[in-house]
Parts: sequence; structure tokens; C-alpha cells
Amino acid sequence: MSRVSSPTFRDSLSVSFTVGAYGVAFGAAAVANGFSVLQSCLLSLLTFSGASQFAVIGVIGAGGGALSGITTASLLGIRNGLYGVLMAPILKVRGAKRLVAAHITIDESTGVSLSQESRGLQAMREGFWLTGFGVFIFWNLFTLAGALGARAMGDPSAWGLDAAVPAAFLGLVWPRLKSSTDKYLAVVAATFAIITTAFLPAGLPIIGTAVIAIIAGLRSAK
Amino acid sequence: MGTLWIGVIGTSVIAYALKLSGHSVPEKFLSHPLIKRINLLIPIALLSALVAVQSVTTKSAIVLDHRLAGVGVAITSLLFKAPFPIVVLSAAITSACVYNFF
Repeated sequence: MSRVSSPTFRDSLSVSFTVGAYGVAFGAAAVANGFSVLQSCLLSLLTFSGASQFAVIGVIGAGGGALSGITTASLLGIRNGLYGVLMAPILKVRGAKRLVAAHITIDESTGVSLSQESRGLQAMREGFWLTGFGVFIFWNLFTLAGALGARAMGDPSAWGLDAAVPAAFLGLVWPRLKSSTDKYLAVVAATFAIITTAFLPAGLPIIGTAVIAIIAGLRSAK
Repeated sequence: MGTLWIGVIGTSVIAYALKLSGHSVPEKFLSHPLIKRINLLIPIALLSALVAVQSVTTKSAIVLDHRLAGVGVAITSLLFKAPFPIVVLSAAITSACVYNFF
């Protein structure tokens, strides 16, 4: 990483800070769902994938078992694997660098990198590393702030935290709803989850919607 | 070991394994159009289900309370293209007001 071109640096930094700031919502939500400050911070350090982290605390916080929480989080983490497939031929790294690259392969680092295509391969690599490390730093700092803040607050409902969590999920899914299939799927999945909550064990109403997504994918591919 | 710790460690181990596997598999295996399509749809389904469950259920019952008011405001602010922090904050403030004052 020799000279970092400034537009790439600017893109990386603005994305890193904005996305990292969501870490406050995660830290607060994790504590509101019964996780300790240490557990909240470890999730951000080690899992380091926002949607998966929100999923595991959401499912377990709603009374689901560890397995339901892990499964839901992991289904959301599959896309990071696909990002890795895209990034590997661009980064071309081996050994320890590859192990580090894998950990910071997330929505934002991949997104910024791919958006630098017109600036050349070097800018794509810089975009990936800068955004990956940038989000990592801000996301973890803000998680700690959110977790400590929430613990100091007491009753999560009195501060609106129990509504902030679904609102944060909504903010994550909203930009993904592009085609009519996407919107239809969102409504069907939400309805399915609410109805089945009455009789399926906690966690299953959420994981079950992955099957609906697969069916929707198969149908729309025809 | 408690549910929370198993959740933290299990999620982290699998999350990293998934990331690393992407850097290791042959590109053609995961770049099949159908796999890509389904991969875009699964997060939509899971996140929508999470929104629903966290908005209107408590344990195994449907409960309509202050949270729904907050999420309603979040939807409204998203319709007006509000940025993420505004969406979350407006939901929290609304929900807290309903919870504390009604």
C-alpha cells in the first residue's frame, strides 16, 4: 500500500465512520438483550459482521436457543463468503495477509473496493483494506460506547431501545428491497415469522424464512 | 457454558469460517447465477422476519405495544428517505414516549 489516492481514501473513511457509528446501536441492543459488555465487544471483534451480530443477539434475546441464534447469524454470514470469492482475485494475497483479509471481508469493504473499479486495481485494493480496517476500528469503539451507555441506562424500554433494535434491522433491509420479488418476500417472511411465533420454538420462525427465500429465488430464476 | 457464550463463540467461529472459505473456493462454484440470486434473497427474508418478531412478539405471543409505534415511525422515516441514524433515533424516541407516558 504505497501512495493512497485521495478519493479512495475519502470514500473509505466516510463509509468507515458512518457504518462504524451503527456500532452504538449494536452495543446498546446487545446489552438490552441480556449480553454482557464483554460479550457484546467480543461479538464485534470476532464475528465482525453487523447483520449476523444483530441476528444472534435478537434470536437469543427473544428466548431462542444458542443453536437457533448461531444458525440465523450464519445464514446471514454466507454472503461474506461470496464477497471473498469476488475479492480473492483482486487482492491476490497469501498467508497471514489472506487470513486478515478474510476477517475484514464484509459488505462495506467489498462495496467500496468494487466501486473503485474505474480508478484501477490498486485503488480497489486500497479501498478494501482502508474500509475494512476503518470499519473494524470504528465499529468496535462504538460497540463499546453503546454497550456501556446502555448498561448505565437501566430499563431498555424506557429509552426506546426495544424499538431501536427492529428499527435498525429495518434500516439494514430497506435498501435491499429493490425488485417486486424483494418486497413481496419481505412481507411474506415477516407475516410467516409473526404467525409461526405462536407455535414454533423461538428462533425457528426466523430461520424458516430462509426456505421461503430459496423458493422465491428458484421461482424468479425461471 | 451458558447460551450467551455459546452464541458468541459459535457465531464468531462460523462467521470467520464462512469468510475464509470464500477466499479459498474456486470462483465458478459460488458464482452460479441461482446461488447469487438466493444469496441476495436470504438476508431480505431473515432481516424482515427479525423486524417482525422484534416489533410485535414477546416470547410466543403477539403483543402490540410501544415498540410497534416506534417501528411505525421508522417505516415512515424510511419512506421519506431519512438516513439510518434518524430512523433508529426516531423509533427509539417514539417508543420511549409511548412507554413512559401512556
